[in-house]
Amino acid sequence: MALPDTAIDGAEIDRIIDAHMHLEGPLLPLLHALQHAFGFVPAQAMGPITAALNITRAELHGVISFYHDFRDKPAGRHVLKVCRAEACQAVGGTALAEATLAKLGLDWHGTTANGAVTIEPVYCLGLCACAPAVMVDDRVVGRVDTARMDAILAEAGA
Amino acid sequence: MKVYVPMDSAAKALGAEDVVRALRDAAAQQGVTLDIVRNGSRGMIWLEPLVEVEIDGVRHGFGPAAPDDAAAILDNSSAKALGPVEDLDWMKRQTRLTFARVGVIDPLSMDDYRAHGGLAGLRRALAMTGQDIVDQVKTSGLRGRGGAGFPTGIKWQTVHDAGGPQKYIVCNADEGDSGTFADRMIMEGDPFTLIEGMAIAGIGVGATRGYVYLRSEYPDAIRVMNAAVEIARKAGVLGADVLGSGRAYDMEIRVGAGAYVCGEETSLLNSLEGKRGVVRAKPPLPALEGFLGRPTVVNNVISLATVPVIFERGAQHYADFGTGRSRGTATLQIAGNVARGGLFETAFGISLGEVVNDLGGGSASGRPVKAVQVGGPLGAYMPVSSFDAPLGYEEMDKAGGLIGHAGLVVFDDSADMLGMARFAMEFCAVESCGKCTPCRIGAVRGVETIDRIRRGDGAAIPILTDLCETMKDGSLCALGGLTPMPVMSALTHFPDDFATQKEAAE
Repeated sequence: MALPDTAIDGAEIDRIIDAHMHLEGPLLPLLHALQHAFGFVPAQAMGPITAALNITRAELHGVISFYHDFRDKPAGRHVLKVCRAEACQAVGGTALAEATLAKLGLDWHGTTANGAVTIEPVYCLGLCACAPAVMVDDRVVGRVDTARMDAILAEAGA
Repeated sequence: MKVYVPMDSAAKALGAEDVVRALRDAAAQQGVTLDIVRNGSRGMIWLEPLVEVEIDGVRHGFGPAAPDDAAAILDNSSAKALGPVEDLDWMKRQTRLTFARVGVIDPLSMDDYRAHGGLAGLRRALAMTGQDIVDQVKTSGLRGRGGAGFPTGIKWQTVHDAGGPQKYIVCNADEGDSGTFADRMIMEGDPFTLIEGMAIAGIGVGATRGYVYLRSEYPDAIRVMNAAVEIARKAGVLGADVLGSGRAYDMEIRVGAGAYVCGEETSLLNSLEGKRGVVRAKPPLPALEGFLGRPTVVNNVISLATVPVIFERGAQHYADFGTGRSRGTATLQIAGNVARGGLFETAFGISLGEVVNDLGGGSASGRPVKAVQVGGPLGAYMPVSSFDAPLGYEEMDKAGGLIGHAGLVVFDDSADMLGMARFAMEFCAVESCGKCTPCRIGAVRGVETIDRIRRGDGAAIPILTDLCETMKDGSLCALGGLTPMPVMSALTHFPDDFATQKEAAE
C-alpha cells in the first residue's frame, strides 16, 4: 500500500539531507532519518541524495538494497521481528516462528491484510539468555511462548 | 527507600517496566517514598528482573520479580528474597574487571561513574606519552575480544606510528553473533567505560575522532550510548580539551542497518563511509588505511571497555589473570538452553564443562546437554567429550573450535545437528556480502548439499567436506571462512545425526 506521491514532502527530504551533510560518511544516518520520517526511503529522495552526495543512482540503489533495514515501501503499523538465531533455536525458536507465520498466514517480510503487523526475521537481539526473543517496534520481549506471542499479536491488532 | 531495577534490555524483555510500575503503586499504598535507580544488569539473567533494595547500606536482591511481588519486596516479606546480591555464588566467583560497575551504578550518572573508579584510567593516561599508553596496553596482554584475538597493543602501535592529518578510533559494536550480549550489556550498563576506553585509545595513538558502529537491533543501547556521549561532552570528558589536558578527542554513535557481515572490520568501515558493507581485501590494513583511507584503530566494545581498568589498576595487574597467551578476563555469555544463563566474567582458563554444568546448571529443559556452540554462529559445536577444554584463544583452537566473542549456546539432546549445520550455511547465504565466490555461491551449494544428505544421499557427505575446505581456504573474510566450522564440527562430532537420516531414507 504505497502512499500517493503527494504525501511525500520534498522540502522535508531536502531538510533531512541538509541536516546530514556535515557528517563524515553521511549516507547511512541520512537513510535512517528518511526512513524514520516517512516509514520507508521514498523514491523521490533518490535524485536529491545522488545530487547532494555526488554518487550515481546505481551506487545509491546498491547501498539501500544491501541492508536489511531499509525499505522502499511502508511496513505495517507495527514491525514484529522474530529472532531466528541459534540461541533462540536452542529453546524452541524455530517452532515458535513457524507457528507465528502459520497463524498470520504470512511468509517472512509479509504484512497482515489489515496492515497492522509486518513480520521479519532477525538474527540475534542479544537476548540469548532469555530466549526465544522478539522485538515489537523498539520493545523487546524475552522467553516468548505461544501464549505470550498471542498476546503480542492481539495487542498489535494482527 | 532506595530500590534498583535494571533498565538492561534483557530485564526489560522479562517485564522490568511492569515491575517498576507495580513498585511505584505499592510504595504509594504503603506510604513509602521510593528512589528507583535504573541500573544495568548484574548478569544473572535467570533472576531478571532482579530488584535490589538497599537495607542498611547493603543491596538485597529479589528475583525474578513479577509485578505482584512488589508489595512483599518493599516490606521485605517476599519469598523471592535472595539475600545480599554481592554474596550470591554467581557474583562471588567472578573476577569483575571490565564489568566491575555494570549493575552497580546508574549507567548515566557521571558522579556514580567517578565514585566507582571511573576516569582514573583516563587521567593516568593523559599524563603519559602516546608510546607509554601503547606500551601499557601491550604489557596488559589484551587481545581483541571480538573474536580474532589480535594483540590490541600491536594494532595501536601501527596506528600510533602511522602519519597523516587525521586518525580514527572505531568501535565495533555490531554484535551480531548469536549467544553474545556482553557488548550490549556494557553499553546499556556502563557506557562511560567504553567512552573512556576510546578516549584513552585516541590520546594514545593520536586520533581525535571516534565512532561507535552500533547495530540497529539494539535500540536501548543506542539510546543509552547517545545520552552518555552528550553527558561526557558536558562533563569535559570528550571535546577539544579532554579533562583540561589540552588534548582533543570526540566521538559519535553511528547505527548499523541490519547486515551481519558489517561486524567484519573492513565491511564495517565501508558501511561507516556510507557504502555497501562489502569486505575489503587486506592489505592495506585498516590500521594504515581505514575509515576514509586514514589510519584507524578498529576494536571490539569489550576490548575498548577493558582499557580503563588496565590504566586504573595497572597493566601488570590485568596481565596477572588468565592462562597461556590469553591474559586477563573473559566475559563469558552463557545462553541458549541453559538453566542459569547470563554474563560471567572470569580469568581465561576455566573449562567449558565448568561453565556449562556448574555455572550454567546444565540445560533449562532438564534433558542431557548435547552440544555447546562456542564463539557465535561461526564457532564450533563442541560435544560433551570436549568439556575439559579450557576457555582461551589457543586452547579452544587446539580443541577444534574458537573462543570468538566468548558466547556459549547450550543445546540439549533434542537438537538436530544436521539442521544446525544447514542453518549455518543458510545464514551465510543470507548474510554474505557477495564479494567472494566461495562464500556467495558456496553457502547456497552448502544448503543444497546438506539437503541431499538429509534425503539419504551419502555421496553428498564428501562433497560437503570438500566444499567446506574450499570455503575455508578461499573466502575473503571470516563469514565464508568460518561457516565450515559449525558445519564440520556438527558432521564430525555428531555423525549419527547425519547417518540416521541416511539410513532412515534407505
